[in-house]
Amino acid sequence: MKTLKSAPTTALLGMLILAAVLLTGVFAPLLAPYGETEIVGVEYEPWSAAFPLGTDNLGRDMLSRMIYGARNTVGLALLTTGIAFTAGAALGMLAALKGGWTDQALSRVIDVLMAVPPLILALMLLAIVGPSIPNMVGVIAVIYIAPVYRLSRAAAMNVVSQDFIQAAQLRGEGTLWLLRREVLPNISSTLIAEFGLRFCFVFLFIAALSFLGIGIQPPTADWGSMVKENATLITFGDITPLIPAAAIALLTIAINFIVDWMLHRASGLKS
Amino acid sequence: MPPLMKLIFSRLALGAVTLLAVSALMFVGIELLPGDLAQQILGQSATPQTLAAFRADLGLDQPAHLRYLDWLAAAAQGDFGNSMASRRPVADLLSTRLANTMFLACYAAVIAVPVAILLGLLSALWRNSLFDRSVNVGALGAISMPEFFVAYLLVLFLSTRLGWFPTLARIDEAASFGDALYRSFLPALTLILVVIAHMMRMTRAAVINVLAAPYIEMAQLKGVPRWRVIVKHALPNALAPIINVVALNLAYLIVGVVVVEVVFSYPGLGQLLVDAVASRDFPVVQAVGLFFAGTYITLNVLADILSILSNPRLRHAR
Amino acid sequence: MSKLLDIRGLRLEAGPMGGRTTILHGLDLTLNRGEVLGLVGESGAGKSSAGLAAMGYTRDGVGITGGEILFDGIDLARASAATLQDLHGRRIAYVAQSAAASFNPAHRLIDQFCEAPLLHGTAARAAAEADAIALYRQMQLPNPDQIGFRYPHQVSGGQLQRAMTAMAMACRPDLIIFDEPTTALDVTTQIEVLGAIRDVVERYNTAAIYITHDLAVVSQMADRITVMKHGREVETAKTRQMLAAPQEDYTKSLWAVRGLKRPERSAPEAGPLLSMRGIEASYASAKVLQGVSLELPRGQTTAVVGESGSGKSTLAKVIAGVLPPSNGVVVWQGSPLPGRYQKRDRATLRHIQMVYQMADTALNPRHTVRGTLERPVRHFTGLRGAALGARVNELMELIELDPAVFLDRLIPELSGGQKQRIGIARALAAEPEFIICDEVTSALDQLVAEGILRLLLRLQAELGLTYMFITHDLATVEAIADRVVIMQQGRIVETGDQSRIFSDPQSDYTKRLLASVPQMDAGWLNGVRQRLAS
Repeated sequence: MKTLKSAPTTALLGMLILAAVLLTGVFAPLLAPYGETEIVGVEYEPWSAAFPLGTDNLGRDMLSRMIYGARNTVGLALLTTGIAFTAGAALGMLAALKGGWTDQALSRVIDVLMAVPPLILALMLLAIVGPSIPNMVGVIAVIYIAPVYRLSRAAAMNVVSQDFIQAAQLRGEGTLWLLRREVLPNISSTLIAEFGLRFCFVFLFIAALSFLGIGIQPPTADWGSMVKENATLITFGDITPLIPAAAIALLTIAINFIVDWMLHRASGLKS
Repeated sequence: MPPLMKLIFSRLALGAVTLLAVSALMFVGIELLPGDLAQQILGQSATPQTLAAFRADLGLDQPAHLRYLDWLAAAAQGDFGNSMASRRPVADLLSTRLANTMFLACYAAVIAVPVAILLGLLSALWRNSLFDRSVNVGALGAISMPEFFVAYLLVLFLSTRLGWFPTLARIDEAASFGDALYRSFLPALTLILVVIAHMMRMTRAAVINVLAAPYIEMAQLKGVPRWRVIVKHALPNALAPIINVVALNLAYLIVGVVVVEVVFSYPGLGQLLVDAVASRDFPVVQAVGLFFAGTYITLNVLADILSILSNPRLRHAR
Repeated sequence: MSKLLDIRGLRLEAGPMGGRTTILHGLDLTLNRGEVLGLVGESGAGKSSAGLAAMGYTRDGVGITGGEILFDGIDLARASAATLQDLHGRRIAYVAQSAAASFNPAHRLIDQFCEAPLLHGTAARAAAEADAIALYRQMQLPNPDQIGFRYPHQVSGGQLQRAMTAMAMACRPDLIIFDEPTTALDVTTQIEVLGAIRDVVERYNTAAIYITHDLAVVSQMADRITVMKHGREVETAKTRQMLAAPQEDYTKSLWAVRGLKRPERSAPEAGPLLSMRGIEASYASAKVLQGVSLELPRGQTTAVVGESGSGKSTLAKVIAGVLPPSNGVVVWQGSPLPGRYQKRDRATLRHIQMVYQMADTALNPRHTVRGTLERPVRHFTGLRGAALGARVNELMELIELDPAVFLDRLIPELSGGQKQRIGIARALAAEPEFIICDEVTSALDQLVAEGILRLLLRLQAELGLTYMFITHDLATVEAIADRVVIMQQGRIVETGDQSRIFSDPQSDYTKRLLASVPQMDAGWLNGVRQRLAS
């Protein structure tokens, strides 16, 4: 509570937005006036009392799809980041602790993954496995293991070089104990901030892929493809398709604010 | 071989090996895929004849390593096979679109790089000033927006509302250079805004890092004027990190092109790649993907070499 | 004598508004032309901040909040940026602790030398270069004609420090601030740098403020000494007077370790506890230990002494099994030990314990004191429940810390000395026979270090422990060791009883090493330089 009070307004605002989006996602079926894929009117109806944000290119309620979009887009991004994070952090810490051959092998594979721009790698892999939601989650998770691995390896390296690790090793502690009790507590704040940042990247990435039509597939509602499906409206001066895009930007800014504050706090604690 | 040359040579070799690894990626990927690829793509209703033709097209009747070596040998001579969708040679599809994509990327880079470095330098020098803080908030905002959001905002205001620029950036051979600059202004501006934000933040961080070094304090305590501290003492040491920032962002720009091209229906490689992925046109995906990856790798290797060359510790051996 | 510098009531504060901490509480200092003032204190005394403030300069986040700094009548606390810029380098110069970090890696030494004279218009390029070479020669740098044309990374640490002093001299300033210029150097290098600095300062009659934590060093350099503590002056006196009759207890405590003497002991019990034969070890391709053979007598303290690069810490790694030797064998109580700790059984791991130099990195900052001690007790003795708690309390009492107060604190909530005590308790938790102490006092202030050494001596007497004590500090060796091993470049140069090594050193290196240790005697530097020259 005390730390929350010391948080700057930007961070508090960020947390408020994040909480609002998460709650919307969780309670989507209760909040949405219509079903996710229910066709309720004609195409491109303007804003009205019945359809507060009008209808989309197939006559579905935009507001309902926005609400379900919060659940789908954010949920999938969380899932993907979670997978990438667990695998990346575990491998990174392991490489730092074991060094030698384990480190070399893992790091070279990661080098190749990092040598190709993520979007291009995702497109190439999706061409092979075919675009679908589970495939997309898998492909993006694999790609984002690489930066998480690099960061957690670097962070863990700083810890592993310290004498308390040697003291524990000389006592005969096992690998799991060393990772969980000696290394992890010392890099957890770095990892949490990194999780926020990576979530932003993954979230934007999924939005971009969906916008390109090879991410989240119709008829699932998601913020990226909603922009694409209704983009024609913009040429008529209608801002409706920009609302899901703005929602993406808003959430990303919110998380960036929180992460900035956390990083600031972490660096302050050190000095 | 002198150690410096050895270092540069090893970077070049590493780049080449990485490129080869990436070129093999799709072949390995297809090989690892469970089940019959032809059946999966063409569906259950496909006749045995069409399936056989598809397999022959992709060379799936041959082992993967032979297929890869064949492809590699042909690619070395500029032959990337035929598109499965249009039946035309991939090399033909690529040629004009490659030029268009390079045009757009260079257009954005020529403006974005100097502006971003200048902004980054100034905000590092005037750290915590009003200028610094406003530039930073702006950059954070720009980074948080998906590229297509920035693009559509520009379309909404500069095209639909004000009517200054065309909504779609259709350029063709007939268009003059000036005309092409005008028609592709919005896609270029989108890229510029996004890249400037990233690049400015990284430049600022790199310069601030150098300014914290003890030799900067030493120069101040010798009575060296502020501007000279920056130019003579900070800049030579900030060069390597800035070069890296530029290369990283140029690489980023090449990739950002994909989304922007789709928004503006710009006839470039990105558009082609996205269409090819949706229709699973492997030869096209392979060639275009390799081009993007190759550019990215080249830029990174170049940055590595330049920063080796700008490092006095490596340039002047002990 | 006329006053050059007159600091009155100087206050320095740091940190953001609200949470400000005071670095200097109204400091008064005066300095006459041509005089050298020593500024001595332990970490956190504010001596470096005071030195920089004497130039009218403060680091980021630090501000002058009171008092004046009169340099030749100009108040630097209120001077304009242009005035300061004109004075810096021309009339007041600075020599930093780390020359390697303070030279710009992108420029040659001579270009950095010439910068100030050219900017301040005191000399043209050719004259400045000639002067640089002349000063390099006076500073006894090797190859003075060429060394300036090299880049900083091509020159050794001791040489860089001299080149930096030459650079400070470039405009023949009235005042030079020396900020711990020899702290990072080995003693045998330190002596050359100290001599060179003093020669030039005397030759050009330059006034100087010499900042250090080492009273013996400063007594060679300074005419007058000011002792500082927590941002306040403790006492000021002429050097000879300060050494002969310090007034304050705090000043006396600055050489606490030198007053410590180990108890007299009988001859060692039969047979060594641990011995090494023909040990060779290397990192990558660099060989760090070459044919080291050594015996550690049971129940005694063997000090391993050497400068950086001597291989003394590597020796500890080989014994602990962190770095397996490429050749040779470590014998523990008569039987050879496996090279890697992973291959050793729990009883061996238990009996060989280590205490590290940096208590900050030797203890996991995320653990409590209780967690730090309970784990090894359980691991090695299998105690559980109430017995475990009792044993942890007993360990805390052994290291003289109150369990009720400290057990539930997190490691970062302890002081440096307390952390080091916990490090010792963790080693004791295994109930070992042998403890390797790797520079355990070198990161600590004198008084705290003395407390740790006393504790180690007491524990040895009570528990019959055998120590291997790795250090570069000969005062510590004199205080604690029974046997002394002198190492240089991966080889053992000399071994013997402590009293014999100190009274009758045999090898040239040992003689030079012993001679290089600064003594609390203002005439020491002159004497030893004459002896080394002949």
